[in-house]
Amino acid sequence: MSSSLKLIDVTGADKAPVNIGQALGRLFEKVPALWTLASLALLFGAWEIAGLVPISIAFPTFTSTVAAFVEMVLDGTMGHAYFLTLQPLLLGVAVSAVLGIVLGILMGLSLKAEWLLAPVFIVLQAAPMAALVPLVTFIYGIGLTAKTLAVIMLALPVIVLNSYKAVRHVNPSLVAMCRSFQGTRLQQIMKIIIPDASPVIFAGLRLGIAAGFIGVMLAELLITPTGVGDLITYHRSIANYAHMYAAVASIIVVSTVTLAALQWFEIRFLRPEKRKR
Amino acid sequence: MQQAARSTIKAAATNDEAIVQVRGIDKTYGDIEALRNVDLEFSRGKLTTLLGPSGCGKTTLLKIIAGLVPATAGEIRVNGRVVTGPGPERAFVFQDFALMPWATVMRNVAFGLELRGVNAAERKRIATHYIEEVGLVGFEDKYPHELSGGMRQRVGIARAFSVNADVLLLDEPFSAVDEQNRRKFQEDLLRLVDLEKKTFIFVTHSIEEAVYVSDRIVLLSPRPGRISQIIDPKIDRSASPDDIRRDPGYLNTVEEIWDGLRHYVD
Ligand SMILES: Nc1ncnc2c1ncn2[C@@H]1O[C@H](COP(=O)(O)OP(=O)(O)OP(=O)(O)O)[C@@H](O)[C@H]1O
Ligand SMILES: [Mg+2]
Repeated sequence: MSSSLKLIDVTGADKAPVNIGQALGRLFEKVPALWTLASLALLFGAWEIAGLVPISIAFPTFTSTVAAFVEMVLDGTMGHAYFLTLQPLLLGVAVSAVLGIVLGILMGLSLKAEWLLAPVFIVLQAAPMAALVPLVTFIYGIGLTAKTLAVIMLALPVIVLNSYKAVRHVNPSLVAMCRSFQGTRLQQIMKIIIPDASPVIFAGLRLGIAAGFIGVMLAELLITPTGVGDLITYHRSIANYAHMYAAVASIIVVSTVTLAALQWFEIRFLRPEKRKR
Repeated sequence: MQQAARSTIKAAATNDEAIVQVRGIDKTYGDIEALRNVDLEFSRGKLTTLLGPSGCGKTTLLKIIAGLVPATAGEIRVNGRVVTGPGPERAFVFQDFALMPWATVMRNVAFGLELRGVNAAERKRIATHYIEEVGLVGFEDKYPHELSGGMRQRVGIARAFSVNADVLLLDEPFSAVDEQNRRKFQEDLLRLVDLEKKTFIFVTHSIEEAVYVSDRIVLLSPRPGRISQIIDPKIDRSASPDDIRRDPGYLNTVEEIWDGLRHYVD
């Protein structure tokens, strides 16, 4: 293959393949999204081949998974499952984000708040949450509250601890600068501390949202068989592997898109200097 | 005629008046004694340099004057008033620039005014003037990471100028700048000192820089920092920069300071 290409190059008889290669190279440089597409194509191609071999009867091909996905969207089961899953997820993430950022910033700003709250969240973050999620059942039964609580249990600690560390690691020289120009404490917090901490706060938010997805899936797999988790469990139990894979893949896509959207929001509105890079 | 003579005398008197008075300042950090019994006066409209070995307390003294760090004992007076914290008559230029990476050059320069609640149009007018004065026209909408170290420090200097303080405190402003640019900066600084008629307190490590830019040099001893010598270089500043660096007064002062510092090094 490569030798034949070389031959063409040396003789110069036919430049066309080389030119196409160059044009393709330039196109990839101009539209970096093509790299993402190429990498996805590679992944799905490998998946398809692995499914065709097949490596296991419980491993469907890519195309049959897509077909199963379309089928579930059309018969409404997918829509209904997401209706049930996204409610506690959105609620839990919203509560964790607001509460987590506020508590984290407070802990970063005040030693008393730190002494009071830091140990709680450090223990919570270290605890194996998957084992604690079933506890929620006994306290709140099996409903929206239990699932929401599971999301909060997983999302809140990482958001709090990141916000707290972000505030603690604000550039002291910027704070001194603000003081030297007689900035008030409020100005210091709003104009220096929060903007300087925002990249780490957002990193925490991304981790928190990812943890929230884990929380809602754990709740649906372990305590309340509803929503997308139930879709997965149900299709596995009846050996409908293509449908099970479609449900799993769909939640991965939703979570990836959510995190990418958050990143876009951060760069668009909070750190304008990163936009130009 | 007589009146003119009297007014020049008066001008001379206000020129020599001490705008910043440092009285009996001690500073200890835990068990580290950084400064011991420092008494100093800084004259209005002059550039005074604090020079001394690393760790002798230059930054500490400057930050005490700025009101950013409390002294353990003693007091600072600016325009006769005792300093209890930062104030509008003093502005600080930071060694590490202290620019907000998320803000443009324009917003960084105008930040002191923004904190004071000056309206946007007025802020922009004043900042534009000082951006021009430090030679950053065309960079108003750039972010700090798009500037060189030298340009970043110009932003810091423009920010300090825009709040129209009487006293500018500069902590090794050119330490992150290469030698060639440093000379250019020193000349620019002298031009700004001339133009702005402000009092400058300047910290540096470099003897040559100190002698080149200062009206007065205060030599500090190693920790705990005490005043070891005060030198007033007698240099004709109207000469060209190269001539100044060959001026016998310049060379002798550099030598004198070297002699003063040598016994600390030995
Ligand atoms: N925040 C602090 N906490 C404890 N010790 C400090 C603090 N700031 C300074 N020191 C100590 O005080 C002494 C004087 O420090 P300072 O930064 O004022 O020196 P300097 O003359 O500016 O040195 P350099 O020329 O290296 O910048 C040093 O020994 C330093 O270790
Ligand atoms: Mg220093």
